[in-house]
Amino acid sequence: MIKKTLLGTLMVLALSMTILTAPPQPVGASDFSFGLLLVGPYNDRGWSQAHFDAGHYVEAKLPGVKMLYIDKMNPADRPGVTIPQLVDDLVGKGAKLIIANSDDMKDGIREAAKQHPDTYFLHISGDDALTGKGPNNLSNLMGRMEYGKMLAGFTAALTTKTGKIGYLGPLINEETRRLAAAAYLGARYGWEQVRRQPAADLKFKVTWIGFWFNIPGVTSDPTQVAQNFFDSGYDVVLSGIDTTEALVVARQKHQGGKPVWAVPYDFKGACEGADQVCLGVPYYNWGPSYLQFITAARSGNWKQQWLWLGPDWSDINNEDRGPIGFLPGPALSAEARTALKQFTAELGAGKVNLFQGPLDYQDGSSYLKAGEVASDQQIWYMQQLLKGMEGPSSAK
Amino acid sequence: MVAAIVLVFISAILVLAGAPVLEVHGLLVTGAVGSWSKLAQVLRVWVPLTLCSCGLLYTFQIGLWNIGVEGQVMLGAIGATAVLRLGFDSALPGAVLGAALVVGMLGGALWALLAGLLKTWGGVNEIFAGLGLNFVAQGLILWLIFGPWRRPGVASMSGTEPFAESLWFPTPAVWRISPHALGLTLVALAATALVLRHTRLGLALRAVGGNPSASYLFGLKPGRLMLWAMGLAGALAGLAGTLQVTVVYHRLIPAISSNYGYLALLVVMLADYRLSWVPFIAFFFAALNVGSIQLPLVLQLDSSLSGVIQGALVLTVLLIHAWNSGKAGTRWTT
Repeated sequence: MIKKTLLGTLMVLALSMTILTAPPQPVGASDFSFGLLLVGPYNDRGWSQAHFDAGHYVEAKLPGVKMLYIDKMNPADRPGVTIPQLVDDLVGKGAKLIIANSDDMKDGIREAAKQHPDTYFLHISGDDALTGKGPNNLSNLMGRMEYGKMLAGFTAALTTKTGKIGYLGPLINEETRRLAAAAYLGARYGWEQVRRQPAADLKFKVTWIGFWFNIPGVTSDPTQVAQNFFDSGYDVVLSGIDTTEALVVARQKHQGGKPVWAVPYDFKGACEGADQVCLGVPYYNWGPSYLQFITAARSGNWKQQWLWLGPDWSDINNEDRGPIGFLPGPALSAEARTALKQFTAELGAGKVNLFQGPLDYQDGSSYLKAGEVASDQQIWYMQQLLKGMEGPSSAK
Repeated sequence: MVAAIVLVFISAILVLAGAPVLEVHGLLVTGAVGSWSKLAQVLRVWVPLTLCSCGLLYTFQIGLWNIGVEGQVMLGAIGATAVLRLGFDSALPGAVLGAALVVGMLGGALWALLAGLLKTWGGVNEIFAGLGLNFVAQGLILWLIFGPWRRPGVASMSGTEPFAESLWFPTPAVWRISPHALGLTLVALAATALVLRHTRLGLALRAVGGNPSASYLFGLKPGRLMLWAMGLAGALAGLAGTLQVTVVYHRLIPAISSNYGYLALLVVMLADYRLSWVPFIAFFFAALNVGSIQLPLVLQLDSSLSGVIQGALVLTVLLIHAWNSGKAGTRWTT
């Protein structure tokens, strides 16, 4: 009986398979397709959505170009699915260029790029094109978010009443270290130069959750971390993770009568719905850079590159220029807004360089000697947090 | 009729989810077996699934619920990674890979024996012991990846530093799947068939599983036999974990076991605890797993839908199974 049941089930399934098997159809009538691998959900109002929207931006700018995408490509959401496997899929569907949007896809994308020498690869925030580990069809792109983080830290320092700023960090690596350090430098600058307070009175604490977003049971819970910050006197929390917990918790605390603020990250529209607490958002604007790479790949002018692009200082919020921006939020006071404008102008004109010595690492060793200006390499490969910041510099 | 119920059930779920039913079925199929590279992906999932299922047959034979199979996969992966890290600059990569296989299988077997000993000596139900050990194994992997085995300067969820290519089981470009992995799986299937059907051990396992108290009368020692079953199951799960490391990921990652152990439990149940069904059901599940990635890619549907389909399928068959046995007035036999 059981056997019959099973046999029947399988036969029907097999039958339905043969009936339904149609030859794979080419996707649309586009002359160029690119594939996008997103580490988080396409609508996360954070890192992944910024990339997703950039894909749409390219589609709108270049008629005939079509985006294919897979989101939630991370070990928790898709166990057993590998990057090379997805690249096979996307290439099979006609993608000529693959964009991978997570540092954690580094190994997989390198392997896939070697397997598909005729396909172009753009890995966001890796360094394979710099170190030479990747083949020629693999390029890297990153925005100089350090500037965005400086502006974020600056607004936090101008707003805090307790002098305690929390930084909700993801996992610890060179990128996250330098971004946290940049936020600290921006905060310290605002604290000393605008508010005229001694640097020693500014507390800046980094708590790492262990990944770019919450994975229950694996990472620390970012909601919990944000709550701990607010409950222990930190009244501004800067988010370094891909999702919106810091802002959500700040809004709850604010509704409970606590004067607290937050600075989200990644996505231009992140402040929406949190007017009372959002000081602004440092965000990525990948569209123009995508456009550049896709145009090059489409016209056969691909060149392996490692690009680390700064903002367009004439207007850092111009959506057709520059990969990063900072959009001031509704909760930012008018005076702070004015100061921010001036600070932005000074940064843009090169009058102020916060990555200039003397700066020490957290353990007291020297990072930059007095007057020394950090090279790109020194910033990209930061080894520790800076002196004055609290929180671990490396995973134990 | 039963098959019709299953299909209707699945289709009902799809309708509820607002998905185009026919297109979903079609996509699942083309996404799984529509091309050789797809088929190779399915086989890559099929390998660990089949290995775990073979292992579980031993423990089900003797009436044990070896839910710890997931952790045994992880320990296999850990064992293999340890060997590969030690032998990273060896002049004999083949020997290192061989040693990794052995140590991986040992790792899985020892982890299973731990649950087995807790059962036979400590009287701890193997389900609880297994589940507990799964958590410990996951914790161990995370600790290793974020601790002693982290990449230089950086700890990352993406796992340990990848091994040198000489320490990968070769995958010929046209094959897209490692012949070693396929071969080992076929050997495991054949060996399991041989042991279960044609050896005294297989007979004894069945006897104890059928009636533990009566088996004493025949001079069988249930405790020792249970340990044998657990050990064999663990070794096969450990082999699956080893292949995940050496064939698929080339490094240790947090999700190295990818829930294949748990999935294998469903495979074996759906196969009605029969070896002859296992490779096919495992293939079907693997195909569902691989094919489902098409759902978000083409239809922008959430791919967890395939998990729902899988669960519904197992549940339906088990329900029908129970209903039938209830009607016939018999309890299930192996």
